[in-house]
Amino acid sequence: MLINHAKLIHFFRVTGGITGRKKLQKMIYILQKSAVPFEEKYQFHFYGPYSEELTLRVEELCNLGFIEETREDKANYFQYHYNVTRAGEGFLEQFTLDMPDMTDKTELLQSRSSRFLELVSTILYFEHLEKCEQIEKLHKMKPKQNFTEAEITEAYQFIKQIRST
Amino acid sequence: MAYKDEKLSEEKVFKDPVHRYVHVQDRVIWDLIATPEFQRLRRIKQLGTTNLTFHGAEHSRFNHSLGVYEIVRRILNNFKDREHWNNEERLLCLSAALLHDLGHGPFSHSFEKVFRLDHEDFTQAIIVGKTKVNEVLRRVAPDFPGRVADVIGKTYEDQLVVSLISSQIDADRMDYLQRDAYYTGVSYGHFDMERILRVMRPIEDQVVIKSTGMHAVEDYIMSRYQMYWQVYFHPVTRSAEVILSKIFQRAKALYQDPDYDFKLEPTHFISFFEENVTLADYVKLDETIVQYYFHLWQEEEDAILSDLCERFMNRRLFKYVEFNPNLQMNDYLELITLFKQAGIDPEYYLVVDSSSDLPYDFYRPGEEEERLPIHLQMPNGDLKELSRHSDIVESISGKKRTDHKLYFPGDLLKGLADRRVKEAIMEILYGQGETSNVD
Repeated sequence: MLINHAKLIHFFRVTGGITGRKKLQKMIYILQKSAVPFEEKYQFHFYGPYSEELTLRVEELCNLGFIEETREDKANYFQYHYNVTRAGEGFLEQFTLDMPDMTDKTELLQSRSSRFLELVSTILYFEHLEKCEQIEKLHKMKPKQNFTEAEITEAYQFIKQIRST
Repeated sequence: MAYKDEKLSEEKVFKDPVHRYVHVQDRVIWDLIATPEFQRLRRIKQLGTTNLTFHGAEHSRFNHSLGVYEIVRRILNNFKDREHWNNEERLLCLSAALLHDLGHGPFSHSFEKVFRLDHEDFTQAIIVGKTKVNEVLRRVAPDFPGRVADVIGKTYEDQLVVSLISSQIDADRMDYLQRDAYYTGVSYGHFDMERILRVMRPIEDQVVIKSTGMHAVEDYIMSRYQMYWQVYFHPVTRSAEVILSKIFQRAKALYQDPDYDFKLEPTHFISFFEENVTLADYVKLDETIVQYYFHLWQEEEDAILSDLCERFMNRRLFKYVEFNPNLQMNDYLELITLFKQAGIDPEYYLVVDSSSDLPYDFYRPGEEEERLPIHLQMPNGDLKELSRHSDIVESISGKKRTDHKLYFPGDLLKGLADRRVKEAIMEILYGQGETSNVD
C-alpha cells in the first residue's frame, strides 16, 4: 500500500529537498534508468521525459502533509521547492523499503542544472538507438537548446558515472 | 497516382453521434480502418468498467479513434493555408490520429498495472511490426510507419504535428471529453469545439490559441475538470477497477502455484503471467475473451478467484470509505490483522486506491519547462500561459484535487460469525463516519 509514495518520500529525504519540478522529473527518470526501482510511467514531452504519475503522486504527498511545497513567483512562471515534513518522516518509518543506497547518485544529480539533466534524460530516452542516431535524434528534437558537442560528451560521461556509482 | 495521394472514388462517411459525420476521402485512411488490428478496437471499451456506473458508457476505442481522426481532419482544413503549417504532413497527422490508441488492451488500465505493460509500447509495436496496419503504412513509404510511430510516441521532430495529437488541448482530449459525456449521459463535458478549432493557430513548434478564444478554452478546461471528478474518478467505477485488478492478480498467483489446477486453463493469459508477451498474443486479447474467462472462472475451486469474478460479473462491488494515510495508518494496519483473523485475505479484500492510480489528468499550468502548457497568442504575438490570463482557470488550478479511498467487501464483513472481530472492524470503518454505499 502506497509503496511508490513512500519511495518518493525517501527520495526527498535522501536529497534533503528539491528545487524545481523539471529537475525533480528528470532526476527520478535518470535514477530509474540507473537501476533505482521507481515505478512512475514516463512519456516523451516537449522538454524531454515527463511523468504525469509522478506529478500526481507528489501532489498527493503534499495534500497529505508528507511533503511541503513552497512556491516562488518568478514573474513569468512559478518555481516550486519540496521538503519532507515530520509527518512524512513518521509515515516513512512504517515501511521497510527495498531501495538501494542512492545518496551518491542524487548528489551527482543535484549538482547539475536542469538543462543538463534534460540533455541526459533525453539521451537515455533514446538509449535503444545507436549512439550516432541518439545524437541525431537529440539535435532534431531539441534544436532550440543548441546542445554543444562538449555538453553531449559530458552527458555520456555522466551517464557512465551515475550508473557505476 | 501515388498510393499516398489516392482518393476514394466518392467520399465515405461514418455517422457519428458526437461529430455528426466522420469523413474519409483518402484511400490510405480507408485501408487502415479495414485492418484487423483497427477493427479489434471495436471490442475494447473506451471507458473500461465505467459502464457499471453509467450504463450508457458502452462506446469503444474504435468510435473514439474515428472521432480523433475527424477532429484532426477539421483542424488541418483550417490550417492548410496558414504560415508554419506544412501540408505535406497531412496524411501523417491523419494516420497518427486514427491509430493513436491502437495498442490499448482489454480493461487496459488494470491490465497494464498488474502485468506491468504499457499500451503505448504495443501501439508502436503494431505500427512497426508484422501487421496489416504496417503493410498499409509501408505502401505510402518505407519510413512512413516509423514516422507515424514517432508522432504517436511524441518523438517526431516536428513538434507542431505532435501537439495536434498530444498536448494540453489536443484532438484526443477534445474527442474523449465530448464522447464520454455523450455516452455516459452526463451534462458536463460539453464545450464549443467549433469555436476552439477556429481560434487554434499553428506556430513554429506548437498549436496556440488566439487570445479572443480564451473563453471557449475556459469552457473546455471546466469540462475536463468536471468530467474528471464526476465520471473518470467515480468511486463506484474505481471499485470495479479494484476488483478487476485483483482478479488478474489472483489468476496470476494461481498460475504460479504448482499445486493449483485451473478448471479452465488460462491459455490466453499464459504469456502475460510468464511475462513474455508477443505481439501476436497481445492482439488476440480483447474484452470478449476476458469476459469469457471471468464468466467461467466463477466455477473455479479457488474461493477468492471465483468470488471476485462473480462480483465483477454481477456488479457486487466493494464498499469504500475515505482514507487518510496520514491520520489512519494505524487503523489500516489494525484492519489487516482483523481481516486475517476473520479469514478474509487483505491482499485481495482490503485495498487502498489513490487518485494517482488513474490514467486521466486535469489542467495544471506547471512550472517553466515542466511540460508545455496552453498558450494564448496575444494581439502583439506574445504567448501567455492560460492561467496567467484567465481567472477561472487560475482558480481551479490551485485546488486540492487528490484523494484516497479504502475498498472492502461490505457484504462479507456483515456476515462475519466472530462478533468480536466483526465489531472491531466495523468500529474502525464506521467509526470515522458512514460507509459509502456502492449501489
